[in-house]
Amino acid sequence: MYRYDEFDHAFVSERVEQFRDQVQRRLSGELAEDAFKPLRLMNGVYLQLHAYMLRIAIPYGTLSARQLRMLARIARTYDRGYGHFTTRQNLQFNWPKLSDIPDALADLASVEMHALQTSGNCIRNVTADHFAGAAADEIADPRPYAEILRQWSSVHPEFSFLPRKFKIAVTGADRDRAAIQVHDIGLHLKKNDKGEIGFAVYVGGGQGRTPMIAKLIRDFLPEEDLLSYTTAIVRVYNLHGRRDNKYKARIKILVHETGAEELARQVEVEFAALKDSELKLPEKDVEAIASYFALPDLAERAEGWENLARWKKADPDFARWVQQNVQPHKNPDYGMVTISLKPIGGIPGDATDAQMDAIADLAEEYAFDEIRVSHEQNLILPHVALADLEAVYRGLVAINLAEANAGLITDIIACPGLDYCALANARSIPLAQEISRRFGNAERQAEIGELKIKISGCINACGHHHVGHIGLLGVEKKGAELYQITLGGSGDEHTSIGEIIGRGFEPDRVTDAIETIVDTYLGLRLDPSEIFLATYRRVGPQPFKAALYGATAEAA
Amino acid sequence: MVDKVLTANRLTDGIAVWLDAKGRWSTSLQEALVARHNEAVEALEAIGKKSYADNEVVDVAVVEVQDTNGSLWPLRLRERIRAQGPTMEYAPGYAPADPEFIAV
Repeated sequence: MYRYDEFDHAFVSERVEQFRDQVQRRLSGELAEDAFKPLRLMNGVYLQLHAYMLRIAIPYGTLSARQLRMLARIARTYDRGYGHFTTRQNLQFNWPKLSDIPDALADLASVEMHALQTSGNCIRNVTADHFAGAAADEIADPRPYAEILRQWSSVHPEFSFLPRKFKIAVTGADRDRAAIQVHDIGLHLKKNDKGEIGFAVYVGGGQGRTPMIAKLIRDFLPEEDLLSYTTAIVRVYNLHGRRDNKYKARIKILVHETGAEELARQVEVEFAALKDSELKLPEKDVEAIASYFALPDLAERAEGWENLARWKKADPDFARWVQQNVQPHKNPDYGMVTISLKPIGGIPGDATDAQMDAIADLAEEYAFDEIRVSHEQNLILPHVALADLEAVYRGLVAINLAEANAGLITDIIACPGLDYCALANARSIPLAQEISRRFGNAERQAEIGELKIKISGCINACGHHHVGHIGLLGVEKKGAELYQITLGGSGDEHTSIGEIIGRGFEPDRVTDAIETIVDTYLGLRLDPSEIFLATYRRVGPQPFKAALYGATAEAA
Repeated sequence: MVDKVLTANRLTDGIAVWLDAKGRWSTSLQEALVARHNEAVEALEAIGKKSYADNEVVDVAVVEVQDTNGSLWPLRLRERIRAQGPTMEYAPGYAPADPEFIAV
């Protein structure tokens, strides 16, 4: 795991004290809100519907047990005893007092964490595959590159006031688990014929009011050129991105209006000038950073295979959990455990202080002190010996986080919605809870198979509804909530934007509509191995429209 | 004219508050001073501007309410949720908003 050097420590601590002074001046009246607002946003402090919100960065989703325990402590001390893990590998607290936030930031700094660049028109928290460094299908660990990008982008003088926010994601496997094609820059690690590491570079993806899939502008960028090429992209965007209209300010609009080919040409011109500058990555520096992310020393634990078979036979619930929530590790004696933060009827992404403490204990005892946050609002223990799975499962049962639903219909992404968010038009969480309860039966979930439901309470799409197999977008119509349904979205290596299926549904009709869609799928699929998305792509929207609105109904 | 009340978030902790008849910021919507004509709304707005300038509150807004069986009931769902908190169980010790109050 990356550890701060002296510069990092000093920098983050200085920023905490600087913000403490700003808060004190705000509370004393010396600083007016207009002057203070940009300062608080630079430190991840928003004002939401009920209170301030503090958004904390979890770079590339990687946490140590010590860091997770500190998040639990902050939840307990300065908030209402819980935190909310988001789709951007951040953690949000919903109730901190402004006067307490400097202390919370100081606590964070003591475990090498901060809230910088979790807001504002800058390069945001760099995200990555949550199985990085552990996945059996990985070409290379994306986190060293995400860390290099984090260091480069932190308070970057040229890129601290971009036309709009800017999001970068990195994946190191062919199976894209970081949704790179719906980011401003998506980097896909690959090896060329000579076995050298490089990146396929995607630009201009994003969701929100104008969803777009990123364009591939470089098939293979050598590793050493990562920063010079990224600088070139952001420089072109900074120069030509629109500043007259915030809704047209993202790089996806620039790519769309300029054309990917022309934009790539402009990037190449900038890149040519930067290629041999100080931005060129020295191999030894990459190696030094990569050494922080070395695989733990995994002892042989071959006894796990036999134990696992025996435990699965004795406990069907445990067997189901292993089947659904444990993925193959690079080392066959180990597995990657998804801790579902989606208990049936629960709030997607929420964890209490006690749950965070308990997960930190499990990570320390059984998972080499590592926890990951996924963009699907779950936590991951990336390295667990098969021989320890039963103990981890028992630990999760004790804190009500052993739901065997990773990737299933109740593993729902939902933004905070109108229950918390000042921008939202409709609620997301209660809808997710109702759908979860309706489909909570384990056998039924298993019968339905992989199905990703994603819910956003407004057009900004924090719940990633555009890339949900079933997406729900809450809108306000005549003062009431209404939900638009999209089908066929996907955020993987075959990214697609969902299509609006027809007129929206009132809140009390949405779950029935989901059930109709699911039943239609079950009747149409070729066999149980054909997942919902595959069936939808094969048959198209019409059968679903007919089931929802009648055979002759027109889409609204 | 639709009845109106003045709301904001308290500077120190961000908690939603409403201006009451004594000119104080209350954490209960039900204690809010109701403006029933334009002059009263203008008076509310003036108090809001002063409270903002005095660094007591932020995000000041006038919102529409109606008197329903003796209770103040914001017309917008957003404001009803602001008045009663999140609509689901989220933390020990904090009750969810009353579903009847939240209902359209």
